[in-house]
Amino acid sequence: MESNSSIHAPSSFPKKRGNKLLRKLVNQRYLQAMALLGVAWMVIFNYIPIYGIIIAFKEFNIIKPISEAPWVGMDHFKAFLEDDNLKYVIRNTLGMSFLKLLIGFPLPILFALFLNEIRSIRFKRSIQTISYLPHFLSWVILGGIMTTWLADVGIINDVLLWLHIINEPIVFLAEPSYFWGLAIISDIWKELGWSAIIYLAAIAGISPELYEAATIDGAGRFQKMFYLTLPSIKGTISILFILAVSGVLNSNFDQIMVLKNQLNESTSNVIDVYVYQVGLQQARYSYSTAVGLIKSIIALILLLTANFVSKRLNNTSLF
Amino acid sequence: MFSLKRKTYGERAFDFINILLMLFVCFATLYPIWYVLVNSLNEGTDAMRGGIYWWPRQFSFGNYKAVFDNSGIMTAMGVTIAKTLIGTITHVLFTAMVAYALSHKDLIGGRIYLLIGTMTLFFSGGLIPSFLLIRDLGLFDSFWVYIIPAMFSFFNLIIFMTFFREIPDALEEAAKIDGANDFVIFVKIVLPVSMPVLATIALFQGVFQWNDYFAGMIFINNPDLQPIQTYLYRIIAQSSSNQMAADAGIVNKTVTSQSIKLATMVITTMPIVAAYPFLQKYFVQGMMIGSVKG
Repeated sequence: MESNSSIHAPSSFPKKRGNKLLRKLVNQRYLQAMALLGVAWMVIFNYIPIYGIIIAFKEFNIIKPISEAPWVGMDHFKAFLEDDNLKYVIRNTLGMSFLKLLIGFPLPILFALFLNEIRSIRFKRSIQTISYLPHFLSWVILGGIMTTWLADVGIINDVLLWLHIINEPIVFLAEPSYFWGLAIISDIWKELGWSAIIYLAAIAGISPELYEAATIDGAGRFQKMFYLTLPSIKGTISILFILAVSGVLNSNFDQIMVLKNQLNESTSNVIDVYVYQVGLQQARYSYSTAVGLIKSIIALILLLTANFVSKRLNNTSLF
Repeated sequence: MFSLKRKTYGERAFDFINILLMLFVCFATLYPIWYVLVNSLNEGTDAMRGGIYWWPRQFSFGNYKAVFDNSGIMTAMGVTIAKTLIGTITHVLFTAMVAYALSHKDLIGGRIYLLIGTMTLFFSGGLIPSFLLIRDLGLFDSFWVYIIPAMFSFFNLIIFMTFFREIPDALEEAAKIDGANDFVIFVKIVLPVSMPVLATIALFQGVFQWNDYFAGMIFINNPDLQPIQTYLYRIIAQSSSNQMAADAGIVNKTVTSQSIKLATMVITTMPIVAAYPFLQKYFVQGMMIGSVKG
């Protein structure tokens, strides 16, 4: 026994192991081919664009390949600091995101809380189903709906005229002062029901015994909602809040693209759309890539900060 | 049970107000769509006067007829249908195939493949580098620009993988003894038992393909390859500015263009609304899987 292993083990072990790996690889050849096709797709469509970010440090010209473009160091980032357009673009991005956070974030929670208090299950399901229908409509369609509603002969102007709030029709989308409000309301209209799903799922996971105990203790409906249901879904709320905070630089690109026009430009343009305009419409590829890169870096910092704060404050975090 | 739940006056008032609140949410959700629908079913020039809230004033299918007679709109519709069908099928099959391979815990290099994928969830090249890539690949002005760059999603791969790992090994082993290779097992054994997750991902991808206007806007110049959402985007962006220009007294308003726009919007929305009641259970299911993972 002893001599046997001492003779064979040292010389043949590595070779055998190599054979085994090779044999396993041959056995897995179909699986490997299937996996590698996916890896190849990711290398092309995810990793090559990541490499392409280097044009932010170069003076890229569409005629020549990226590798031949001359390096310019941080020039585009310096230009970023001197770009006057960015002032209002950043103000709009942050302003709309902040309002969405302030109004758009708590509303689905409230909606879920109140929907949960509906006693008839069928009624509850129907409401839920109807409420997330708009999520599946595109912003293009919603933009069409909004221009119809907001037209001078549209229903909004009719109602306002009828109530004598205004004396002549307002051309809403041509007035910069209305844009933020319209963006926030339309966003809520589209996503209220859909965002509530995740809270409803969290509420469904609360043990019914807690409610029975609370009832026996004499808690009323409101007390149960705000002292039992709400604290029970605190974890879900924190996680979604982290995501919402880290997304303040992400505006709703499609929404802005659809609702924006030259007349409301001063309150409607946001970073993502600006990157698109400068990059693809004005063909300043390198500069707009630099703007996009700065945005991504700040977003990453925001995500990490929000995650850290949430971990400290209530022990829930994304990672 | 019954005696315990005797409602007080306050409870009843709460329930009543709550039901009213929920009915209001429903109304606020559905009425904007209804408003567009009744206006699209009204004669174009008459609708221009406004005031159509609940029912068409001069009922007419004229706008819809105009849409179906418009070859540009019909071509765009065809492109949308084709890209939705092909794009959804290729996305689901390709992503599921890769997911099936990666669901094997003993796959050599599997951890590295997963790491490569996970990184893509956190980092991306952004708009311009992706645009340049598409150009370099020669996908400009090609139908395949809708399909190939949207064929795979690592996020959906995770959802598939979670599902595949729950499939009992015995199923695959039996097929293996019969001499089937892994690809055959995937097609003949794994796919048929994975219908719920396939349907869920297919629905989300289908909705994405149906609704996407952006690829058609930046990669396509040929009007015959433009999907309906891009077509509508151009009309809506244009007519909204026309409308404002008209209000400023610069350009004449063309009323029929507005009513045709409404009819096109209704037709474009119809497939989603029609499929919606049947498929909504998959939407919720998908959201659940997504939220557990995400």
